[in-house]
Amino acid sequence: MEVFLSQLINGLQRGSIYALIALGYTMVYGVLRLINFAHGEVFMIGAFVGYFAALLFGLNLPAALLAAMGVCGLLAVAMEAAVYRPLRYRPRLSMLIAAIGLSLLLSSLVQAIAFNFKDRAGNELSFAGANYTNFPKDQLIRSASYRLIPGREVYVTRIQLLDFGVSLVLMAALWLLVRRTTLGMAMRACANNKDALSLMGVNVNRVISMTFLVGGALAGAGGLLSALTYPQIVATMGLMPGLKAFIAAVLGGIGNVPGAMVGGLLLGLAEVGAISVLPGAPVDYTPLADGVAFALLILVLLVRPQGIFGEEASEKV
Amino acid sequence: MEFQLSDLLHFWPIALGLGLMLLPVRWRWWGAAIVVILLAAATLGLGSKEWFGLDSPWVNPYTVRIEAFICITAIMAVSLNLINGITGLFSIGHAGFMVVGAYTAGIMTSLLFRLTGETGLGLALPAFLLSLLAGGLAAAALGFLVGLPTLRLRGDYLAIATLGFGEIIGVLLKFITFHREEYGQVREIGGPRAIDGIPAMPGPMLPGIDARDMPILMGFVFSILLLACVVWAVRNFAFSSHGRACGAIREDEVAAEILGVDTVFYKVAAFVMGAFFAGVGGGLLAHWSNMVHPSMGGFLKSIEFLIIVYIGGIGSISGSILAAVVLTTLWELLAMLIHGADAWRMVIYGAILIAVILWRPKGLYGGREFRWLVPRGRTIDDGR
Repeated sequence: MEVFLSQLINGLQRGSIYALIALGYTMVYGVLRLINFAHGEVFMIGAFVGYFAALLFGLNLPAALLAAMGVCGLLAVAMEAAVYRPLRYRPRLSMLIAAIGLSLLLSSLVQAIAFNFKDRAGNELSFAGANYTNFPKDQLIRSASYRLIPGREVYVTRIQLLDFGVSLVLMAALWLLVRRTTLGMAMRACANNKDALSLMGVNVNRVISMTFLVGGALAGAGGLLSALTYPQIVATMGLMPGLKAFIAAVLGGIGNVPGAMVGGLLLGLAEVGAISVLPGAPVDYTPLADGVAFALLILVLLVRPQGIFGEEASEKV
Repeated sequence: MEFQLSDLLHFWPIALGLGLMLLPVRWRWWGAAIVVILLAAATLGLGSKEWFGLDSPWVNPYTVRIEAFICITAIMAVSLNLINGITGLFSIGHAGFMVVGAYTAGIMTSLLFRLTGETGLGLALPAFLLSLLAGGLAAAALGFLVGLPTLRLRGDYLAIATLGFGEIIGVLLKFITFHREEYGQVREIGGPRAIDGIPAMPGPMLPGIDARDMPILMGFVFSILLLACVVWAVRNFAFSSHGRACGAIREDEVAAEILGVDTVFYKVAAFVMGAFFAGVGGGLLAHWSNMVHPSMGGFLKSIEFLIIVYIGGIGSISGSILAAVVLTTLWELLAMLIHGADAWRMVIYGAILIAVILWRPKGLYGGREFRWLVPRGRTIDDGR
C-alpha cells in the first residue's frame, strides 16, 4: 500500500511535467496542424535558463520560474515568426521538416557551447552544454518531505508539492485563457478555420504568435520543474520528454487541451508503473520503460487514432 | 597535424568521382564505367608507391576509407529516398533499420563464422556476403512488421511512429549481450557498450599494396559495388510502372486509390525495400568501422540521412548521391581545417536543413537526375 501510494505520487509528478509540455504541443497542433518537434528543445532551454538564473543572477524560485517562462515563450514566438510563418502555406510536411531542423539546431547549439563563468558567490564554474551538469536546486528550494498519512510511511517532498502546485495553477490559468477570454476564443476559432477567422477581421498571425508564447512559457515552466525534480541538465535532455509529451498529447486527443492534461498524467503513471514492475536485477530492465510510451502511441493510433477526448474527424478529399 | 593546402590534393579521387557523375553522358553503361574508373583509381593510388614510385598526394589510404564511407552514406540516403521521396512516406527511423542490419551482419561474421584477418578468402567471402544479405533480410522483416500497422498512418503520425520504433530498437539492443573468448578468457560484449572486433571486409592480397591497406581497399570495393546495385535497383523501380504507382501515392493517396493503385501493397513494398537496403548499408558500416553500437540507430543518425536526402533534393536519386558525396567530403574538410569542429557539425546541419526548406525546397538537385540514370526516351519531369 505504501509502495503503491508513493509510486502513484511519483507517477503523478512525472505526469504533471509531461502534461505541461504536452499542452504546448496540442495548442500548436490545434492552430497550425504542426507537430512542433522543437518544443522539447524549448523545454530544455527552460531548464538552462533556470540554471543561469540561479547561479548568475541569484534569483529566487518564483523569479526563476518567471524568467524561464518568459525566455521560452519569446523563443517559441521567435521560432514561429522566423521559420514556421514563411512555410505556413507550403506543403504541410515542410513545416515538420523545418521543426526537426530547429530541434537539431537548438540542441546541438547548446551542446556546442562551453565557457567558464563566476557565480554570485564568486566560485569559478565551467559550463558545457554537452556534459551532465548538476542543477543548483538547493539555491532555489529547500528540500524537505512531509508525511502524507499519519502513521504510514508515505511521504511527499516539497519539490513534488511544487510540481503539482505549479502545474495545477498553470493548467487552470490556461483553461481560463482558452475558455473565458477573447484571445482564447480566437485560438479556438483559429483551430477551427484560419481563413474564416481572418475574414472576421482577426489578426491570425497575432493569434498564432500568442499560442506559441503560451505554449513556450508552459514548456519553460516544465523545464525548470523537471530540472528541480531530476537535478541534472544536459543539452539532449529535451528529446525524450519532448517525444513523450507529444505521445501524451496524442493519447489525450491532439488539439484538445484537457486531453493533453489527462494524457500527460496517464503516461506518467504508466511509465512509473512499468518501472516498478520491471525487474531491476540481475539485469536492469528499467530502461525498457522508455519503450512503454512508444508502445502506447502505436496502440492508441491503431485502436483510437483520435485519442481519448478527440473527436473523430473525417478526412476531406 | 598542421593543415596544408596541398592536403586538399588527397581528395582527388572524390573530385574525380564527382566530375564523372556530373558529366552529361547519355551512355547507359556510364554508371558501371564510373565504378570501374573509381576502383582503378583507388587501386592504382594505393599501389602507386610500390608500382610507379609515386608519393603523396597519390598515396592515401585515408581517402579510400572516406570514399567507402561516402558510398555507405549514399546507400542509406538512396534507400531513404525510396521511402520518403519516391513514395512520400515520411519515415524518420531509418537508422533503426541500419543498426539492425549492422548488428545482424556483424554478429554473424564475428561470432557465428568467426572470421578474422587470417581466414581464407574461400570461406570469408561467401560468409561475408551471406551476413550482409542476412542483415538486409532482418531489417526488411522488421520493416514489414513495423510497416504493416504504422503505414495506415499518414504524414506526421507516421513520422512519430517510425521515430518511436527507432528509439525502441536502440533500447532493446542494449539488452543483447554475448560472451566471447578472447586471449583465453571469456568476456561479455554487447549490451549498452559496443560490440567490437568485427572483422574488416575480406579480400585477396595484391603484390605491391600494403597488407594494412588491403582491407581499406576492399571496404571501398564492396561499398561502391553495393551502392551501384542499390542505385540500379531503385532507379529501375522508380522508372517502372510500380514506381509510377508509388509516385501517385506520394502526390495524392486518395486519388491513387480511386485509380486502382493498391496503396497498402505499394507503401509496404517501398518501406520493406528501403529497409532491406538500409540493413545492407548497416552491415557494410559495421565492417567498415569494425564495431556496432546501439546508438547507431538513434534519432540523430536518422536525421542525418534525412538531411542528406532533403539537401540533395527529395525524390531525386542523383541528388541523394550528390549530397552524400558533398556533405561527407565537406565535413571531412572542415574537421581538417578547424580543430574541434565536431561539436558544430550538427548545428551546421540543422541550419542548412532550415535554410534549404525555407529558400530552396527542391534541394540541390531536386527534379533532376544524372543523364546516364535516365532511361532512354524518358524525361523526369513527368512525375516519374
